[in-house]
Amino acid sequence: MDGKNIKFRIRKSYAAQIVTTAFAFACVVPLLFILGFIIKAGITKINWHFLVSIPKPVGETGGGIANALVGSILIIFFASLIAVPIGILTGIYLSENRKSRLAYWCRLCVDILQGVPSIVIGIIAYFWLVKPLGGFSALSGSVALAIMMLPIIIRSTEETLKLLPSSLQEAAFALGMPFHRVIFKVVLPVGIGGILSGVMLSIARITGETAPLLFTAFGNPYLSFNITKPMQSLPHLIFDYATSPYDDWKNLAWGASVILLAWVLLLNIFTKLITRKWKVQL
Amino acid sequence: MDTSVENGVITRSELPLRVINSTPEGMVKAKRRVKRSFRQIRTESVFRRTLTIMGLVMIILVLGILLTLIVQSLPSIKALGLKYLWGKVWDPVRDIYGAWPFLLGTLLSSFLALLISFPFSLAVAIFLGEYYPNGWLPDFLKNAVELIAAVPSVIYGFWGLAVLVPIVRTLETHIGVEPVGVGIFSSSLILAIMIIPYAASLGRSMIQMVPSPLKEAAYGLGATRWEVIRSVVLPYTKSGLFAGILLSLGRALGETMAVTMVIGNTSLIPKNIFAPGNTMASVIANEFTEADKPVYLSALIELGLVLFLVTVVINLIGKKIIDRFTNE
Repeated sequence: MDGKNIKFRIRKSYAAQIVTTAFAFACVVPLLFILGFIIKAGITKINWHFLVSIPKPVGETGGGIANALVGSILIIFFASLIAVPIGILTGIYLSENRKSRLAYWCRLCVDILQGVPSIVIGIIAYFWLVKPLGGFSALSGSVALAIMMLPIIIRSTEETLKLLPSSLQEAAFALGMPFHRVIFKVVLPVGIGGILSGVMLSIARITGETAPLLFTAFGNPYLSFNITKPMQSLPHLIFDYATSPYDDWKNLAWGASVILLAWVLLLNIFTKLITRKWKVQL
Repeated sequence: MDTSVENGVITRSELPLRVINSTPEGMVKAKRRVKRSFRQIRTESVFRRTLTIMGLVMIILVLGILLTLIVQSLPSIKALGLKYLWGKVWDPVRDIYGAWPFLLGTLLSSFLALLISFPFSLAVAIFLGEYYPNGWLPDFLKNAVELIAAVPSVIYGFWGLAVLVPIVRTLETHIGVEPVGVGIFSSSLILAIMIIPYAASLGRSMIQMVPSPLKEAAYGLGATRWEVIRSVVLPYTKSGLFAGILLSLGRALGETMAVTMVIGNTSLIPKNIFAPGNTMASVIANEFTEADKPVYLSALIELGLVLFLVTVVINLIGKKIIDRFTNE
């Protein structure tokens, strides 16, 4: 009786383990399906012409995504230009003032900012920039994306700097270095790996964001380098053309999806390599 | 020992002192040095102040977001009042605004997604946290799950539109509901895939924090591995798992693009979970640039305000639980 019972319990334990493993690996299946399907559908559309020409009107075959590529790069570049300095400085502030009341509220606000839905950020950028400036512009899209980058950069900077031994800073202070030189010459160079991976992660995150760009950068079927005018971006192009009824445009969107996916995945892998090399935890 | 003779003055000291000469060049040099150290001190205080200002900027940013949303949604709050939230008809052409279809659509799709994704994220958490914390296969699983979070939401939406919607349509013809394909069920499926990583990674780190003496004691009493997980690990990490669910929920509520592409975008109240509908985020995405009347626009912004407040509350509760858990 007892022997039977224990056998049953052991068997149950094994069964549970198998079920858990099966469920855990079942998560990977849709991912592989998605990646496989997109690469299969899009890889044949990509060639040199696809990368350097702009979309053709309906009915004409060919055309490319040059305008979206340029737009994405420009918008992300300006977003990083805004978010990286502010993010790193705020991260330094939070790691240097762990106990102060202002830092507590600041940390709370960063937490809140991290959870704000991207569409709400889009609304905000619309009212802060698009309306006062009198029109949709790539710059307002950059600001919206910068707001989304901030919490990731701040968090990673703070966490990285917290991990550094305090003896490092104390040694520098003991040598008579002023505070800003301690930060710029000692703390930041040591923690640069973690900060850099945070920055890359945030870029990877915003590259695929469409919602904040809908009411800010707005999209543009032509090539444009002017950041005060509407501009196309990769995710926005995919959204526009994926929901269109024309096959030519859908093919364009598949190609663009592969490019976007490759971009995001490469950034993620790169971040992984950096974190492994510098042994930082995010 | 440092001895020097300059200008007929002998200086001797135990420590290497700096001697300020009374010659003009010496004075200039010394002055420059003093000036430089003053400049250093000034830069230092400016830098400190800049850091504090940056901290303030974050607070102002969040308060600014809240204020902007409130101010911009004031016209609709004044014109429509509280009954806006459970008004059942949304018809901007006839100036009737009721947010209930969108609230219902959001709640239905998010909770359905949560229900579908929870067993999977729990399984991932247990597998990585308890069964196999190390090795190449768990590493692969961990990276793959993180990859799920990295794929942009438009791509999920596009895939859903091209692959999932036809599958759901066939399913719907089999079970005998109107075969539309797009609808709340499809968007829940997409959302379920997208939110797996959030609960999974949090659950994993929580499960890894279970003190091993607890587990060893249970093993010592003769418990099997499953019994240890069920009666020691899971009860211990209960609150952490709940926080993971909350964070996933926050993600699901605010998700815009993938949902917009597959939910069908009608402003009618969904009759069942297969019917097309709209969520708060998707209706904003669809109609924001078309809103031509001030009340229309402001009603949409009020939806944004509701979305903002709900996600903020959910995220803060989740963070509080995690903080308490990790401090214990």
